[in-house]
Amino acid sequence: MYDKHTLLGSIWRHAVLIFLAAFAIFPVLWIASASFNATNNMQLQQLMPPNPSLVHYRELFTSDRYNYGMWLWNSLKITLVTSTLTVVLAGLGAYAFSRFRFKGRRVGLLGLLLIQMFPQMLAMVAIFLLVLSLGSIFPWAGLNTHTALILVYLGGAMGFNTWLMKGYFDTIPRSLEESAKVDGATPFQAFMRIILPLARPILATIFILSFITVYSELMIASILLRSNARFTLAVGMNLLISDQYGQRWGIFAAGALIAAIPFLVMFAISQRSLVSGLTRGAVKE
Amino acid sequence: MVWKYVVKNAVKIVLLGTLCAVAVYVFVFLGAKGMWIPGAMAPIGAGLISYIFLSQKRYPLRWLVPGLLFLTVMVVYPIGYTFVSSFTNVGTGHMLSKDQAIHQILERSYAPTDAVSYSYVAFADPSGNLALLLDGGGRTILYVGGVASDIQPDDPRLVDEDGDGQPDRFDSYVRLPTPEVVQRLHDIEALRIEYRGTIIALESLAEFQTRSPQYAYDPNANTITDLRTAVVYFPVDGIFTSPNGDEIYPGYKVWKGLVNYVKLITDRQVSGPFVQVFFWTFVYSTITVILNFALGLFTAILLNDPHLRLRTLYRILAVVPYALPAFITILVWRGMLNEHFGVINQILVALFGSGARIPWLQNAMWAKTSVLLVNLWLGFPYMMLIALGALQSIPSELYEAARVDGAGWWGRFHKVTLPLLLMPLAPLLIGSYAFNFNNFTLIYLLTQGGPPIAGAMTPAGATDILISYTFNLAFAGEHGNQLGLAAAVSVMIFVIIATISAINFRMTGALEELSKNV
Repeated sequence: MYDKHTLLGSIWRHAVLIFLAAFAIFPVLWIASASFNATNNMQLQQLMPPNPSLVHYRELFTSDRYNYGMWLWNSLKITLVTSTLTVVLAGLGAYAFSRFRFKGRRVGLLGLLLIQMFPQMLAMVAIFLLVLSLGSIFPWAGLNTHTALILVYLGGAMGFNTWLMKGYFDTIPRSLEESAKVDGATPFQAFMRIILPLARPILATIFILSFITVYSELMIASILLRSNARFTLAVGMNLLISDQYGQRWGIFAAGALIAAIPFLVMFAISQRSLVSGLTRGAVKE
Repeated sequence: MVWKYVVKNAVKIVLLGTLCAVAVYVFVFLGAKGMWIPGAMAPIGAGLISYIFLSQKRYPLRWLVPGLLFLTVMVVYPIGYTFVSSFTNVGTGHMLSKDQAIHQILERSYAPTDAVSYSYVAFADPSGNLALLLDGGGRTILYVGGVASDIQPDDPRLVDEDGDGQPDRFDSYVRLPTPEVVQRLHDIEALRIEYRGTIIALESLAEFQTRSPQYAYDPNANTITDLRTAVVYFPVDGIFTSPNGDEIYPGYKVWKGLVNYVKLITDRQVSGPFVQVFFWTFVYSTITVILNFALGLFTAILLNDPHLRLRTLYRILAVVPYALPAFITILVWRGMLNEHFGVINQILVALFGSGARIPWLQNAMWAKTSVLLVNLWLGFPYMMLIALGALQSIPSELYEAARVDGAGWWGRFHKVTLPLLLMPLAPLLIGSYAFNFNNFTLIYLLTQGGPPIAGAMTPAGATDILISYTFNLAFAGEHGNQLGLAAAVSVMIFVIIATISAINFRMTGALEELSKNV
């Protein structure tokens, strides 16, 4: 399809691509520069900080005006717990669907797919009312608790993940477990000792997908979490800047960069499996 | 091996027993509040789980229980409950069931004209149980263990240790110092002391007082009577209302049938903004998917060129927006688009003079442009990645053949590349459409739906999409939380999204294919 470029062809291609690359990375460069710029005022910011400093990073974690450290911890805690449990719940379900034949299996699998058509967040009114009454019975799982938020997120654990994992489990030969069973292993032992180690790539994929989704979830978190110290980063960062571009731009920038790191790391780890997974329609967006 | 079997089963039975006990507790707790139906779900669920774990025949289901439990409680039930709520008036002032509301109203009391005031001293025993010594109207009353009885002020049980004339101890009860009284105020406030046919309750921080119940409920007539004024309140739209319009809060939930839906379509103050939001949601989702795909595909075609130098570098740079959390980058964009401080306007002013300042987020037209622009930045890398993947699967012989037939680059593009790309990518594009249709994070963080639509009765803005509109109705309105109305909008979105998904399944034959492989 592609011909060798003439000089002119080469020039316009690179010009266009440089423009696109600049479009893509300018906001990132701008915020990175703001975070090292001693001023907190967006209007006075220059792309190259005249006297770079780490003052905003220091203030972010030392000043008691911001709960940033708490938010970071909350986000990581909620995301890690949810993602781990998601892998466990999806794994157990997928194993049953892959290895056992039972009444309702087909209906169950198709049902999961159909339920998946209805995004959970659309039920926000009911989720709010549900957590409200859950809290009246068990105060540790009511509004403004991380437990409630994690429980709500786990509603999405089954569903597409189960399909994805079941597909992977199906490719692992059954003969391995059968020989383990001959040696007296229960199905659960076979699952733990044989299937899980072999299925590590898919477990990692589900974990990362869940991490990326939960880490950036905004709506349900802002409905359930009420007090500043309990916020996640997604809820808190909006409050941190709250349109005070003249006073807080630098400190916001520092917080933004740090908040991006866990997400970026997960994204980088997943690049390979994501790209192949994308064509199967299995990622965010 | 036998002991292992015994231990295993003992543990199982203890766990299932605990589960059932908790379920019964939930049932009783919710039942006492009149919530029998959600309450009944707990023991039914616990029974089902116990059956699955005890029956050898249902062994495979044991693996599914944990995931299905969360799916049922946190997805299926809320979706069903959203449908139910959309037919009610639930919201601020109407959060309770009728029984709960009446219960709260009947707890209210007033001070009759012959009311006696009592000073009080509070005591607590080592396990925290409260006792009170009330003094007033020439009587001393000891309230302990839920019973009030007369007592002589010089009763020998009352021990005054420091001689200040106030008893400090009796039996195992010790007097609470003032700070602890304040701490327990909530418990003290809840006390309703029955004494000689009257009720004594906390009146102020320092005093108890004789109270009379203010309201009486007549279940046959379904009315509430104010016992002071003898005014009768009738239930109107889920709130007890007097003939001249006074209301007793709290109100309660009632069935309103299709009222919420009708309101969205016919009530002019609601339907005007709603219809605007409704159409903008479709317009925005359509344009954003087309724009993102166009730019993504264009970039992919450039980058797929084997003669191009620095391809990998360009690709990495172009993926950057996709590799960062949207809740951060959208906020950065909001700063950059700020009318007075933002870098975008600074650049425009430097290039074209101060007349080039653009109200990016303040003006309705520009705010819509900003939404599309920022979403283009967020979304084109994804489109580029999927297009790159799909481009590689187009066999190069097709291009050779097209070239032999004399097709130019445009002919090759729209006769070969585009049709062959759209086939595998269609489901992803529809998925992207559905995602953007509900892209709450984008709208909420970039514009908060603003600028507001003038004269709207419901909180609605020019860039609000259905999901952010629903959120505002439910949780952010100055008019209170209109949860019922919000649920009705949710139901409409459910229907739209389900239709989109159904089209997707139909187009790809995914369901047929999957049901063959299960």
